[in-house]
Amino acid sequence: MAFISLFEVIGPNMVGPSSSHTAGAASMALLARKLFPGEIKKVQFTLYGSFAKTYRGHGTDRALLGGIMGFETDDLRIRDSLQIAKERGLEYAFSIQTKMGDEHPNTADMDLTGTKGERLFVRGVSIGGGKVKIVRLNQIDVDFTGEYSTLIISQTDKPGVVAHITRVLSERNVNIAFMRLFREEKGAKAFTVVESDEKIPEEVVEQIRENPLVSDVMLVQI
Amino acid sequence: MDFNYGTELLQLCETYQMPIWQVMKKRETKFSQMSEEQVDEKMTVSLEIMKEAARKPIDKPEPSIGGLIGGEARLLAEQEEKGKSICGGILGKAIRYAMAVLEVNASMGVIVAAPTAGSAGVIPGVFLALQEERRLSDDTLLKGLYTAGAVGYLLMRNASVAGAEAGCQAEVGAAAAMAAAGAIEMLGGTPKNCLDGAALALSNLLGLVCDPVAGLVEAPCQNRNSIGAANAIICAEQVLAGIPSMIPFDEMVQAMYHVGRSLPFELRESAMGGCAATPTACARTCEIFK
Repeated sequence: MAFISLFEVIGPNMVGPSSSHTAGAASMALLARKLFPGEIKKVQFTLYGSFAKTYRGHGTDRALLGGIMGFETDDLRIRDSLQIAKERGLEYAFSIQTKMGDEHPNTADMDLTGTKGERLFVRGVSIGGGKVKIVRLNQIDVDFTGEYSTLIISQTDKPGVVAHITRVLSERNVNIAFMRLFREEKGAKAFTVVESDEKIPEEVVEQIRENPLVSDVMLVQI
Repeated sequence: MDFNYGTELLQLCETYQMPIWQVMKKRETKFSQMSEEQVDEKMTVSLEIMKEAARKPIDKPEPSIGGLIGGEARLLAEQEEKGKSICGGILGKAIRYAMAVLEVNASMGVIVAAPTAGSAGVIPGVFLALQEERRLSDDTLLKGLYTAGAVGYLLMRNASVAGAEAGCQAEVGAAAAMAAAGAIEMLGGTPKNCLDGAALALSNLLGLVCDPVAGLVEAPCQNRNSIGAANAIICAEQVLAGIPSMIPFDEMVQAMYHVGRSLPFELRESAMGGCAATPTACARTCEIFK
């Protein structure tokens, strides 16, 4: 069982009214922002389930947009994030999807576009008490929380890539807490997610990128 | 230093001759790689947020997002100023502050989820009322918060603090259990007294459903926070008078969880039962979402 910190019990410190619908929404969007390689110009949100039904009364829309702009869960600017986004020239749109598939009831999709045309699709789930998970990146199902320092490597599913990643990490003396591989299908695109208890040195990003089968590397520090 | 049940916590207190707060703080430093000073600093920030949230709406009430609540804490303060408070003293302040925090929460102000946003008023209500009326130091309040944190951790680990999973008894019930344990610690009780207070608080609110009108964290949540605060104070009074809980804390946690899991979906935060399903609540829901 994962460690439950005192500050998860008495905390998080947050803008109300709901840990799942407000704080969780801000956290997942903040994670999406950290995953995005450039500057975000446009974001399209799709809300599912309970998020879709009650987002206005819980400020879920403002929290999501605030997270995209880098606001932490206790940042009062979340209240005015719709206005702040307009002032910053960040384009945004919300749509709701009330028909449920097998998504968790508190799910949001974030389709991000950068100033240089970069794209990233992130699906986040708010699992309660302000805790969140990222469950999809672009077309691939993944599973990580951002509670650890996390490296996400986008790669082609071919032999040798994982060995390359672990070699780079071992040379930099990074202790791997968890490491998982997610793929679309054999030989196609895949993601490796590496989580570590400590900060991961920034240099590993470039070194991992040197492998021609690696197309992108994202790093979220604790 | 770690523990998974109340019995193990009491054993650690006994073995090391430490109060609960100290065991909980040592556990945090061991696993989080923070020093004791850093833990204190971080908790002091949380305490300051609690203080501001408990007092601000009394001077400056703000309407909630859904418009179902706002201004209640000020009304209670005015009642007190006119000398007409029935509860008075500790209890009067506790319910006023508890309601105030929910006003801040519902107007998108900053609060400390303790253990959740919907139950965030209980601990500040009880703790700040005791601080003022019994002249307790901030340092004493931190000890109370660590004690409350130990109880909340056990509830999170062995049951649930989510209304969607186990009803309001898991949110306000848990907050009351945490507040009772913390209050008992701050007033000089033993570790066993603290867990007895927590067990009593859980049993008093056993079965309480989660039925938010329009699905918003406003009503009946705000009133439930004052009942949670009052419950904690009553339990602390009883335990410190020498009335223990017949049922041990760990068993009470399991009882709460089983009751919660057997609540129908309608009574677990779905806004489809209880207060939320009354004709008046349905009419208000339609007004809010029209």
